[in-house]
Formats: sequence, C-alpha cells, structure tokens
Amino acid sequence: MHTWRLLVLPILFLLFMWSWGHTSKEPIKIGAILSITGPASFIGEPEKNTILMLAEQVNKGGGINGRPLEVIIEDSKSEETQAVISAKKLIEKDKVVAIIGPSTTGESMAIIPIVTQAKIPMISLAAGTSITEPVSERYWIFKTAQYDRSAVEAIYKYMQKRGIKKVGILTITTGFGDQGRKALLELAPKFGITIVADERYKPKDSDMTVQLLKAKNAGAEAIINWSVGPEQIIVTKNWHALKMGIPLFQSHGWGSKRNLQLAGPAAEGVIAPLGRIVVWDKLPDKHPQKKILKEFEESYLARYKSEPGTFGGHAYDAFMMVVEALKKVGPDPAKIRDYIENNIKNWPGISGIFNMSPKDHCGLDASSFEMVIVKKGDWEILP
Amino acid sequence: MELFLQYFFSGLTVGAIYALIALSFNIIYNTTSILNLAQGEFVVLGGLVMWFFLEKLKLPYGTSFLLSLSIGGLVGLAMERLTIRPVLKTADPLLLILITIAFSILLRGVLMFLFGKEPYGYPPLSEGEPIVLWGAVLQRQVIWIFIFVILIMIFLYVFFNQTMFGRAMKACAIDRVSAKLMGIKTTQMVMVSFILSGIFASLAGILITPITFVEYDKGPLLTIKGFTSAILGGLGSNWGVMAGGFLLGILESLTAGYIHSGLKDVLALLILLTMLLFKPAGLFQTAEQARLRKL
Amino acid sequence: MKKLFHNYYFSTLLFYLTILLLGFIIKDPYVITILIFAGLNALSALGLSLLMGLAGQISLGQNGFYGLGAYLSAIFALNYQIPVSLAVLLSALISSFLAIFLAIPALRLRGHYLAVATLGFGEIVYLLLNEWGPGGPSGFGNIPKLSIGGLVLEDPLSYLVLTWTIFCLFFLLLQNLSRSTFGKTLHALHSSEVALRTLGINILSLKLKIFIFSAFLTALSGALYAHFITFLSPANFSVFYSVLLLMMVMLGGIHTLWGAPLGALFITLLPEVLRPFKEYDVLIYGFILTISLIFFRKGIFQALEKGIKYVLSFRS
Repeated sequence: MHTWRLLVLPILFLLFMWSWGHTSKEPIKIGAILSITGPASFIGEPEKNTILMLAEQVNKGGGINGRPLEVIIEDSKSEETQAVISAKKLIEKDKVVAIIGPSTTGESMAIIPIVTQAKIPMISLAAGTSITEPVSERYWIFKTAQYDRSAVEAIYKYMQKRGIKKVGILTITTGFGDQGRKALLELAPKFGITIVADERYKPKDSDMTVQLLKAKNAGAEAIINWSVGPEQIIVTKNWHALKMGIPLFQSHGWGSKRNLQLAGPAAEGVIAPLGRIVVWDKLPDKHPQKKILKEFEESYLARYKSEPGTFGGHAYDAFMMVVEALKKVGPDPAKIRDYIENNIKNWPGISGIFNMSPKDHCGLDASSFEMVIVKKGDWEILP
Repeated sequence: MELFLQYFFSGLTVGAIYALIALSFNIIYNTTSILNLAQGEFVVLGGLVMWFFLEKLKLPYGTSFLLSLSIGGLVGLAMERLTIRPVLKTADPLLLILITIAFSILLRGVLMFLFGKEPYGYPPLSEGEPIVLWGAVLQRQVIWIFIFVILIMIFLYVFFNQTMFGRAMKACAIDRVSAKLMGIKTTQMVMVSFILSGIFASLAGILITPITFVEYDKGPLLTIKGFTSAILGGLGSNWGVMAGGFLLGILESLTAGYIHSGLKDVLALLILLTMLLFKPAGLFQTAEQARLRKL
Repeated sequence: MKKLFHNYYFSTLLFYLTILLLGFIIKDPYVITILIFAGLNALSALGLSLLMGLAGQISLGQNGFYGLGAYLSAIFALNYQIPVSLAVLLSALISSFLAIFLAIPALRLRGHYLAVATLGFGEIVYLLLNEWGPGGPSGFGNIPKLSIGGLVLEDPLSYLVLTWTIFCLFFLLLQNLSRSTFGKTLHALHSSEVALRTLGINILSLKLKIFIFSAFLTALSGALYAHFITFLSPANFSVFYSVLLLMMVMLGGIHTLWGAPLGALFITLLPEVLRPFKEYDVLIYGFILTISLIFFRKGIFQALEKGIKYVLSFRS
C-alpha cells in the first residue's frame, strides 16, 4: 500500500549519481571552497560575492584567452568534514586546475594533504601561519590573507610608540580568535609588553563586561579584543558603558562600516590595524594600491549594496593571481603554481603589495596594515 | 564589593535573556508536553522582523513592536498547522521534538535568505547612558526586560488560572484524554499554545536585540541556553524556569569573574548538573510537582 | 525468498556487499569519501540506536564521546607514538570507561532531565577540547593514517572497506544480542520499567551496560574519523553532531537497528544531492528533513520493509 514511499531512496541515489556524473568539458574550471554558511559565514559571504562578481567580469571581457572561466563554488559550512568532501569533489569530479580557499585556517589545514597529493595549487584565504609554513612542506599551498602576527605587530608597534606596557587581551574561542591569541602572547615579549589578563569568551555570548573589568583590575593600560562579527560590537559597547578610561584595540576584522553603525557613539576612539580597502579614499593618490582598491570597492558596493571588507579583498587577490596565471601559462596546475611562486612580485593587490617567493608563500608583512582610529563615525588613518 | 556587583549585574543581563527564552519554552510545554526546539529561531525572527519594520520601513516603535509580535504568532501558527498537527495524534514525543529541530533548520534557512548573514541591531526602548548603581553599571534595556518578565509572569498567572480558556489549556496538559472527554477542543489548545509561544519568543527577540544584536544563526545557542535554564529550574513551573534562567546567567558571570572566563560555561554547567543530581526534578519544584505535570 | 530476507545474516551481508560494490564500481574518491563518512556516522548512530531503541534512553551527549574518541586516539598516536590501530582501540575503551562516570548519576534521571544532563556532558567535552585540546580552537593536524600490520590505509577504498566491515561486525553482534535474553530484557525495559523491577532485575546495571557500549561505538567512530581526516578541531564535535545522530536514528527507524545505517546514509547523502542547488541547499535540506520526519513516521526501514513485503506478495 505504501510502496511509493519506497521510491524515495532510489530517487535520492539516482539524483546523487546524476549530480556526480553531470559534467561538461568546455570552460576552464577553477574551484572555490568557502564558509558560506555556519559560524564563519561572515568571512565566506563577501568572499563568495567577490568571486562571483570577478568571474562575471572576466567572462564579459572574453574569458581566459577565448575560453570561458567557470568557478565552482562549494560551501564548506565552516566544517572540516565538508571542506574535505568539497575538495575531493572539486578535484575528482570537476577536475579543477586550482582551488581558492578555504576561508578558515582549520578547513585549510584539513585539505592540505588532499591538494598536495592531487598536485593542485591552492590559495587559502585564511590567516594561520601554519597554512604556508614550513614552505618546504607546502609546495602547492599559498595564501592571500596577512599573517595574524602581522596585525599583532602593527598593534604592538603602535603601543610601543605610545608607551603602553601592560595589556589585557580578550579573544573569542574560535579559530580566528585563537590564532590571534597565540600571536598576541608570542610576540608580546619582543615589544616589551606584558599581558596582564588573558580573557576569553564564546561565540554568540551576550555580555563581556566581566572580562573587560577583570582586565582592567589586573592593571591593563589598554585592551586588545580579537574577534569578528557581533561579539566585537558587544565588547565595544560594554567598554563604552563601563567608561574604562583605557584605549580599546580591535583586530583587523574590525574594518566594516556596519560595525560603526551598530556600535554608534560607543565606537569612538577604537583603534585597529586595517587593510587599506577600508580607508582607500583617504590614501594619497600616488599609492600603488589606490586604483584597484577604488575600482573593487566601487563595483562591489554598486552590486551588493554592502562593503567587501578585508575578507572580500583576500578573495580578490587569490582570484586575480589565478586568472593572471591562467592567462599567462594556461590551465596546467603545475605551471600555475610555478607562475604564482615566481612571478607575483611587487604585485599590488587589495590586501597589500605581494612578494611571493619559494621561501614565502604569503608575500605580505605588517606594512600592509594601516593603524586606523574611529572618529565621528568614520575611519581616520593614524600617523 | 563594587566588582562583585558589576559581575552580578552582568549576570542579571545575561540571565534575563535566558529567562525570557525559558519562559516561552514553558508555554508550549505546559499545554502539550512538547519541547519546541525551534524556540531560538523564533527569538531571532522577532529581532530581525523588528529591525525590518523599525529601521527599514521606518515605522514608529509601537507599531513595529506589535507587528513583529503578530508575525511571531503567525509563524507559530503556521508551524503548528504544517508540522505538528499532522502527526500530533500518532507520534511519540521524541519525534515531535525532532520535527521542531527540523523546522528550526528550515526557519534558519528562510531567515538567512531574507536577511543575509550580517548582524542587526536597533536602538533600545529608552535611550540614554546606562544606569549607575553603587558604582556598577546596568543597561537601561535590562530594566525593560525585567519589567516585561514580570508582565509575562502576571499574564501567564492570570491567563492559566483565572480565564476559562487558560484553564482548559492547563487541563489539556495534565490529561489530554480526560480534557477531551470534558468537551475541550484539545487540538485548538495546542494551536493557541504555539501562537502564544511564538509571540513570547518574538518578544524576547525584540527586547534582547539592542543588547546582543541578532544574526540568522544565533538561534541554536539561545535554544540550548533557554532549554538548559528551563529544565534546571523545573520545566512546567513558570517561576522555576524564570529563576533557572537568572541562575544560569549569574553563575556564568561569577565563574568568569572569579575563576576563569575560558571555563565559565564548563563550570556553570558542572555546578548546575551537580545540583540537578540532588534535585532531579529541577531546582524549584519537588518531584511530586513534576510528576503531577506528567513528565 | 521471503525467509531469506528475514534472516539477518543474509540481509546484513547483502547490504555490506552492496555498499562495497558501489565503492569498487564507481571508484571515484569523492563518492568513496562520502560513503566512508556515511559508514562512520552509521557506526555512531548504531550506538545511539541501541541506547534509544532498545533501552529507551536518550542521549544528546554523543558528540562528547565522538570528540573524546577522536582526540584521545590522535593524541596517543601523535604524542606517545602508540601504533595507530592500538590507539584507536585504546581511546574507544578509555572513552567508554569515562562514560561510567556520566552514566551512574545521569541514568537515575529520566526523559528531559536525562536529555539535559547528557547535553551538558557533550557541551563540557566540547568546551574543554576548545580550552585544553592540542591547538585549542584552531585544532591540530599531521595525525598519522591508520595502519594495520604495517599496511598503511592510504587509499580511500581500503578505508571504505575497513569502516563498513567494522560497522557490519558490530551490527551483526548487536542483532544477535537483541535476540538474546539480554536483548529481550532490554525491550521490556523500553515498555515497562516497573514490570522488570518486580522480576528482580537490576535495571540500573542493565542501562549502564548499554550506555557504555553505545559510548564505545561512538568513540570508535570518532577515532576512525580522526585517522581518516588527519586534522581535528573542536568545531566538528559540537552538540550539532548529537542532533544529527538523533535525526539519523529517528529517520531510519527507532525500533530497529537497521534504522542506524539507513538513517546515516540518508542524512549523509542528502547534502551531497542538494549540492547543485548551491545557496538554496540549507532551505531545501530543512524542508526535506521536516517532510520526511512527518512522512516516515516510523522510519525509513519500516517503509522499506512494507514495500519489500508488498513486492514479494505479488510473486507468491
């Protein structure tokens, strides 16, 4: 009587086989694995938008030497398991020649063995140092996000100038916050800075007053908060409400106008190391990055009515490197890898000016950040 | 002392949020013995819809408030009609709970499509600097939440004890078959409880957004915290679940303050689990009461 | 023919061979990887199915055991150079030993209280992995691959065989068990605890054994996961995993052990099928889950069984 219920499983399987066997051959294929949903979706979303927009632009402009470019974007749901499955799918089923992403360090680490074995170049969009180091073991891996330690160095240098010696740090217990925390702890002695409080909070926590107060009572002369998303706004509001009288520093994930809108007057005086995409209109005209920053920001704003932010910039750089390599050496994974390693020199991108080499698969340093303070609801570059 | 007070206030802020959600858990549970694990999504819905009316359509605060509440109620109604009603008679409670989880995934997807992944916020009910009490600060919105928690408690008390309809709903929870034999339309009662719970969860969302902001995937955490508070306080008793919410919030805050902020959730959970072992029917009701509520 | 289907040795063998054959025919590492994850999920779900279906207990803390199994095994192999296959076994045993400390107090609780106690346990493990696990929230890698007697299981196909072989062995064992006196006592536990107690049966020890065994299976699956993926971070061991397992068991069918593998296959395959829908997959996923829960009220297995009986009744 209920036999038709039986059909569900075979149909499911047939659909699965269909989606597996369904491939065409014409265009050049590259893959992207992004955290479009899940806890890291605030990173994956602008990355996805950027890649979609750029791929369209490339194809409108005639594609890659006459062949259309197809970017297959997979959602890793911010999980390592899904990232692994996506990588396998892109490599085995879609036969992509290069992979952009994943968005987070954990996911990147999880698929490194897979791409290395398959000999496909991968340009990660995450910041973790271990993604490209040691370079000898990361032959096929590059990344376009600055090292966390570069952001930390930028903050510490600024503190040194201001004579701040005791610091309380607040970090979120995600990969992003944890990488920041490790860099903060590791680099502090080098700049003569003591970490007097090491406080943490969980994603989606609603109040960080306690952590801030503890840091202050431990004698901190400044607070550094390392997180992205709503939590950093809550920290800012709590900091403001407590009238703490010590400056608040945020990570390089602070660079979104939305944060300023949501935090309102509470954000006044917050300092952060930000990529130049955030302050492109305040750069001098002769700055080598200014032209592409302006183009990117304006076309993204026009299309998505929001800002690409730092994370969109990482995707832009990775995508442009792959496209340039494809145009120069064609769809051959090994040649693409060699091109990126050897020919990306003094290459102005969104996140900074890249200098790839066999010894450095990231090519960015602390000079790619500007120290930026919030003044009257807008950014202002600190000297 | 000042420090303790500030930790305490921080705990009250978080606890008030948990208490609101725990209360809306209780409304459905009290009439149907179903745990609606999509509750957190309803909270998020309330906050996001409120933002839509208030900031996007620029409607007045009061109008937006009422509109958001009614949308919460409508989605609650839709959920009951489409997912609970078809299986209510035959399914065991566990299946019903899982259906609410599946529905929460669906609702989360819908919210993601409508609002994207960014956090949203809007101004609190009354603007101004936070209140300073004995040297510790308390956000004004938290006071509003206290007021609403008390109002909800009064409403629930009056509704379930003084009105015919409310008593019928209560009867439904205690013994559905007998209630039916007495001529109570039990299915209608279930429907009303979902609408009410949708409204109260939206109310929670509207109230907490100025403090914590909302984004589409905040729901599961709110559900877990609300669920934990509700059970620890003693599911079924309104006073119990409210107290459970505040207790959880304050415990978290004090452990973060005096022990270690990285371990705050672990310790709060451990303490509460230990308490649960000694009082297995929840902290604020006796085993007898729990049995009467038909666990 | 009818009899053959009711012989569980035969049907398990048939199922086992079908899965392996699929892997060997398709040969695509992507499909094989998914089938491996499905097998690992099936093994975890089997533990929960045992607990829920047979003993009538609920657990929302399976993610804790899954995480413990994975982390312990990885740490043993990485930091203490214990041979991987031994590390896997050891971690599963230690995890099930730890389960005793949760089970003794928790199993006195019932219904929602048991649910929240186990949920709390899972959360605690997850939070501790964040705090004290190697690498903290960012996780750690370079976990050695599984090797058996000097043979490293590098090829996904060999891992596929391993995963499903382990699953089917435990599956047969449990099917045997559920038909024994022990199993029948357990079934009785599901229907009436009071009746059992009057017969002088120690219910707590009965529940305890089941709980520990279920923890063992889930931890084993976690350990196998660790050495397959070679990178671990706490994100994979949150309460969502427990909820997913609950879905699998419920959707597959709670009253039969077959619910575990069928539910696991369904839940693991579904997102892959939905891949072509890109963005909309979350929506469709939620929709299909809701509908199928309402639809297969008694689980996929029963629907299948009815169907097979129906087809066979034509033949005879």
